Amino acid sequence: MNVLNEWAFVGLFALMAPVFPALPIVIAWLFRPRKPNALKSSTYECGVETIGDTWVQFRVQYYIYGLIFLVFDVEMVFLFPWAVAYNELNLFGFVAGFLFIFLLTDALFYAWKKNALDWK
Amino acid sequence: MDELCTGLCKLMVESGADAGLAQFVSLLVGVLLVSGVPLLTVIILIWVERKVAARIQDRIGPNRVGPLGLMQTFADLLKLLGKEDITPTSADRVLYNAAPLVSFASVVLIWVVVPFTPFHFGVDLEIGALYFVAIASLGTLAIMTAGWASNNKYALLGAFRVVALLVSYEVPLVFALLVPVMLAGSMSMLDIVNAQTGMWFVVLSPLAFAIFYISSQAETGRAPFDLIEAESELVAGFNIEYSGMKFGMFFAAEFLHVFTNGILMALLFFGGWMGPLYYESPLIAFGWLGLKGAIIYLTTLWLRNTVPRLRIDQIMAFNWKFLVPLSIANLILLSAALKIMQELGIAPRDMLSASFVEVLPTTVIMLLINLVMVAYLLGILRKRGQEARRESVTNQGALAQVASGAGD
Repeated sequence: MNVLNEWAFVGLFALMAPVFPALPIVIAWLFRPRKPNALKSSTYECGVETIGDTWVQFRVQYYIYGLIFLVFDVEMVFLFPWAVAYNELNLFGFVAGFLFIFLLTDALFYAWKKNALDWK
Repeated sequence: MDELCTGLCKLMVESGADAGLAQFVSLLVGVLLVSGVPLLTVIILIWVERKVAARIQDRIGPNRVGPLGLMQTFADLLKLLGKEDITPTSADRVLYNAAPLVSFASVVLIWVVVPFTPFHFGVDLEIGALYFVAIASLGTLAIMTAGWASNNKYALLGAFRVVALLVSYEVPLVFALLVPVMLAGSMSMLDIVNAQTGMWFVVLSPLAFAIFYISSQAETGRAPFDLIEAESELVAGFNIEYSGMKFGMFFAAEFLHVFTNGILMALLFFGGWMGPLYYESPLIAFGWLGLKGAIIYLTTLWLRNTVPRLRIDQIMAFNWKFLVPLSIANLILLSAALKIMQELGIAPRDMLSASFVEVLPTTVIMLLINLVMVAYLLGILRKRGQEARRESVTNQGALAQVASGAGD
């Protein structure tokens, strides 16, 4: 199979994949009872009405974890080509990859020292 | 057009069908065949999951419907079909309905790159490992969508925590994944398995496997990282507003994800279909892969049903202060050692064509490095454990003093 056909397969699979879970949901939609009332369709909250809006500001800690993750995620993508070429790399290419990993570790220790990793 | 069209497609063209149509149909048949494997296994997995959990908890588990309760899943399915499906009026309808679909689809999509035997696979993508990482993060998106679209405070809070957890554990997961990629020198799943002809990667780097195992346990939201269904704190978590078949889809996706990770670990670290007589027949090869995947899957079930849940601060601290530094150190040490051995001519430059004898010196040295690292880690953990115990003893002493003071 050539490259085009490979990705055609992946594309078709991606189109089909949501169909599999959709099928039982659609079948259930045909059979299931429909008796909605105002109370049933209200937001679930242990018997009392919800107070205020749900979509409000949330704690900043999640953003900090998100930012640290972003640093690592982007840099890891760059490490994949290095790992693939590993066997053919000469010492220069190898050490260059090492410096890159050390930068990454440096970022981790910076975040650690700044207490960004503590759940507050 | 000719080189694009082989097998079934060629047959159809020869019998007079349109070339484009023939190609589409043959692709569609391939898609259905590959996706059929996870879709059929998930039906059995639900039964296995319940039965194993029951046995560990000293119960019998499903045993009424059919022999050994095997038909239980179908009975449940029929029951779910008749369940009313409630969409809260305040929910974001489009995203609310899309989330279970994305959740299940993200797991099924991983199977695109899973080779079943040396000759039977969906596609052998050159970037297979990277594709897996990309698709796996789709599941995180589905959970966030579900929690946000429900417009429920518990659901949103649960989703935030789960996403923080999933996103964090992706870092050590990918670092551990880099090790087999580095050893095989390829991201293609087929190449990674074939590179293990000489020696399974789990022997070359047991630590990378351990890190991958722990983080995939977290990625699937299983105990001790099961914040995903924190029923005691958040009523349920992100899926609180879901009911009927949509609720069932989240669970089917979770069960399938666990087994998929078992198969992936078998491929990445346990030589996939390698085993006695695998070259005799594709069926034997498929059997070996299934057996290895199933054993890893059963150990994850065992772990899930044995250990208690951790708090979110403990989970995050364990990831960022232990697993991530460990996975980086593991990658650095292994790659440095392997490069030095390659320069000295002890290690083979190409694992794909290396035999057992050629890989043996590398294996011994790599295993030793891993064992030294494990011994060092155990030392650190022991020290921390002793400190924690001492602290708790002093705390208890202080508490006793307070208590006796109150009695006076």
